[in-house]
Order: sequence, then structure tokens, then C-alpha cells
Amino acid sequence: MMKRLLICTFVMLQTISAQADELIMVRSQQKFPEAMLTLQTSVKEHGYTVTRVQRIDVGLTGMGYHTDKYRVVFVAKPDEMHYLIKKYPLLIPYMPPKVSIFAENGESVLVTANPALFAKMINDEHDKAIFHRWQNDIQEVFDDVRKAD
Amino acid sequence: MVRLFLVIGFLLLTATARAAVDGEELFARHCSACHGSNGNGGVGVPLALPSFINSVDDEYLSKTIRIGRPGRIMPGFVELDDAQVTAITAYLRSWATKPAPARDNTVVKGDVKHGQVLFSSHCAQCHGEKGKGGKGTGVTFSRKRDLPIIAPALNNPGFLAAATDSMIRNTVLHGREGTPMNAASKAGLSKKDVNDLVAYVRSFADAYQKPAYQQSGHQQQISQPTEEDAVIVMESPYSLAETVENVKLAITNQNFTLVRTDFLDHGLVTEGKENKNQVVLHFCNFRFLFDALVIDPRVGMFLPCRVTVVESAGKVSVMAINPLRLSKLFNNDELDEACKHMHEIYTAILEDAVL
Repeated sequence: MMKRLLICTFVMLQTISAQADELIMVRSQQKFPEAMLTLQTSVKEHGYTVTRVQRIDVGLTGMGYHTDKYRVVFVAKPDEMHYLIKKYPLLIPYMPPKVSIFAENGESVLVTANPALFAKMINDEHDKAIFHRWQNDIQEVFDDVRKAD
Repeated sequence: MVRLFLVIGFLLLTATARAAVDGEELFARHCSACHGSNGNGGVGVPLALPSFINSVDDEYLSKTIRIGRPGRIMPGFVELDDAQVTAITAYLRSWATKPAPARDNTVVKGDVKHGQVLFSSHCAQCHGEKGKGGKGTGVTFSRKRDLPIIAPALNNPGFLAAATDSMIRNTVLHGREGTPMNAASKAGLSKKDVNDLVAYVRSFADAYQKPAYQQSGHQQQISQPTEEDAVIVMESPYSLAETVENVKLAITNQNFTLVRTDFLDHGLVTEGKENKNQVVLHFCNFRFLFDALVIDPRVGMFLPCRVTVVESAGKVSVMAINPLRLSKLFNNDELDEACKHMHEIYTAILEDAVL
């Protein structure tokens, strides 16, 4: 009994998964082109600029990858991004934030790193609030895509 | 008094209905990306499969939601409150075709050594050596969909914390209809054999070891994110233009192809007005890209690879994301290996560029 208890304790100590909120990830029942349009529309409605859409899938299907629809969408608010990278240059490699969108089984999956992660990299509470607002915005954008018909 | 009971009854019914609706909404928001819109599976287990949902108790589901599967993509949903977890569990239960089994914490006793022998001959082909799971279990969205499920990792501490001996025993005894998992009787196993197998699976808790790269100092460093360890940064003794050329050469030396060079604020400001002191070099190795996406397509948000050269106050710096920090986000041991490799590549490129 004691051994079993110790084993259970050991197991519980080992069970450290990544926290779910570090990545924001949703599935949309929209097909890829429609989901992509909904994403970009919602991003703009939330006041962000789409700075670039990067194709990731070039040549992948020829290598056996099972989707040929994969894009990375770069999004940012120019003033806020300029302010943040000027004050915190080490944020530069993560800017502008990106959203992955790819086709999956006739639907679409969207993934992004939770902007709140960036807040953990700085100390100023006022500036942390910017990232938390980005987090709320991206949640709303993702909800728009997830709920779109 | 009767009216009071009616009101209370109505409120309870309303609350129950609301919980059911919330469970569906919570599932759509948090679970469907992996488990499919209707629970039919994807990278995650097909939760709606009757032979699965009918055989697992509610505590198994709620513990799985809470703890996740360390290293196998499924995160622990620690941010959800108890009511939300209960609502999701109730929603999953709505797919069942019979009542949930009661939680049975009875310890199954068996011969671990004999169980190991049986496991090697009957289970390891699908569940992997020492229960590490079938290749690709929980690690790829892009696998062929000719199987409803790929054998899960039985040695995973999340699984072992959530599953009872009784649940494991019943699964071995009855198999999982609709999956390649057959009932024990079809393999000629006796009830004692099944108990021995359960004892062996339970012994994985003793044997579980984190992958070597997680045992080093990296893990501790990664678990406490700071501005510094989120990036790899080196100062360059060269001018901005020289450093950019050095990075280009270093990228080629690592067998990567330079995709494009632009400024960090490209697309954010009018063309020609960009900050010329922040240069981004995007590069790719298509074989590496393919391998990374097959392991975990979510990594695309950090692709293509990039190095940024920045001049500020007369100093030139070269910087890149730290893949070791990012690997923790994905909760995917297979990807961790690729991230470690990518960390070495980034470091080599930066060192080449500034030496």
C-alpha cells in the first residue's frame, strides 16, 4: 500500500505538461480559403495590420506531406510593436507575432503563441497589459474563425 | 412551499442545461482542434468512439484534462476551473451509449516479469517498447488517416495518473472495438495473464524517465522564462552590412537556403520608410522543414527560420529565437529533439557571423 502511494506520488510529480494556455489553438469547420478570409477580416477589424502572408507548403506535398494549404500570417499594431521593440530589443526575434493556419481533414486549424508569454519576459506592468490585450484580441479573432459558418 | 420546490427544480434544470451548453462550447474552444469537431479524433484520441467513451470513468477524463499527457501534445488545462472541467466531461459523456463505469481503485496484483514477457510479444508492436507509444502517437496532424487511433503511450505519467488498474485491465480484456486493439481472449491470454500485463504497465511509473535533454539544466532554465533565455543573441564586431553578409554566408554553410532579406517593420510602414537598422534574414532547409512539420505542424508559426541583425547605439547584435525555450510550448518530446538540433544550428550561424 505504501509502495503504491509512493508510486502515485512519483507519478503526480512527473506529470508536468505544458500549460494549455501557452498556445492558443482552435479548429474551424470552414475550409481553408474561407477560414483564411475570416481570419484576415477579423484581424483587421480588431485594429491589426497583416504585414505578410508566408507560404509554408511549397513543395511539401511532393515530399508526402498531407496538406498543401499552410500559411503563416504576420500581424501587428505598428505603433505598439515599434514601442515594445525599442524598449525591449530582445523581443525583436518574436515580432511581428504570427498565426499559423493550415488545412486539416477538410477543416482548418489555427495556432499561435499566446501573447501573454511575451509579458513574462518583461517587468513593467503597463507594458505587460499590452500583451494581455493582444491575448484577448487574438482569442476574439480565433473565436470569430471558430464560430464562422 | 410546492411553488418554492418548483422554482428550485426549474433553476437546477436550467443550470444543468447551461452546463451542457458550456461543455460543448468549452470543448469547441479547447479540445476540438486536436480531437475533432465531433470528437472523431485527429491528432488526439477519437473521444466519441463508443468503445472508448463507454469504458472510461469520469475521473479518468477529468484527470486527463487537468494533467494532460506530458511530452505528447495534450497539455494540462490547469486554467479551467472545476465546473468547466465537469462541463467538458459531461459533454464527452453525452457521446456514450451506456452509463459511465464507476471508478474502481482496486489494485490489480500480478507478476510484473511475466507481464513484461507478454507485453513484448502481444503489445509492444503497437504500444512501443516499454509502452512509449506508437510512432507518431499524438505527435502529428499529418499522418495518414487509415487508422482511427495510433496506440497511445502507456508509460506516460499523465495516463498512469488518470487510469485505474481496473480500467487498464478491462481494456486489455475487452479490447477497443473499432481500433486495432483486440480482446485478450483473441490472443489466447488468460485472466492471470491480463493481471500480469496490468502489473507491468503500472510498473512504468517506476521506470519513467524524462528524455535526456530534459534532465539537463535546460529544463530548469526553460521552466522559468526570462527575456534572456527566450532569445539567442550575440554582439558582432562588424558593421551592420558586414554582419548581414556574414549571416548569409553562415546560413549557406549550414546547408540552408536564404529565402529573403527584408526589414523588421516591412509591411507596417510605407515602403522605403522602414528602419534600415533592423534587418531580417529568412532561411529554410526544405528537408528539415518537412521533417519538423511532420512531427508537429504547429511549428509553422516559427517558420521559416530567421536571424535578425540590429544596429543600435553603435552596437551591432545578431539574434534569433531560442528553440529550446519554444519547445516547451508544444509539449511534444519528438519535437524537442528537433528544437535542440535547431538550437545548435542557430548558435552555429550566429557564431559564424560574429567570429
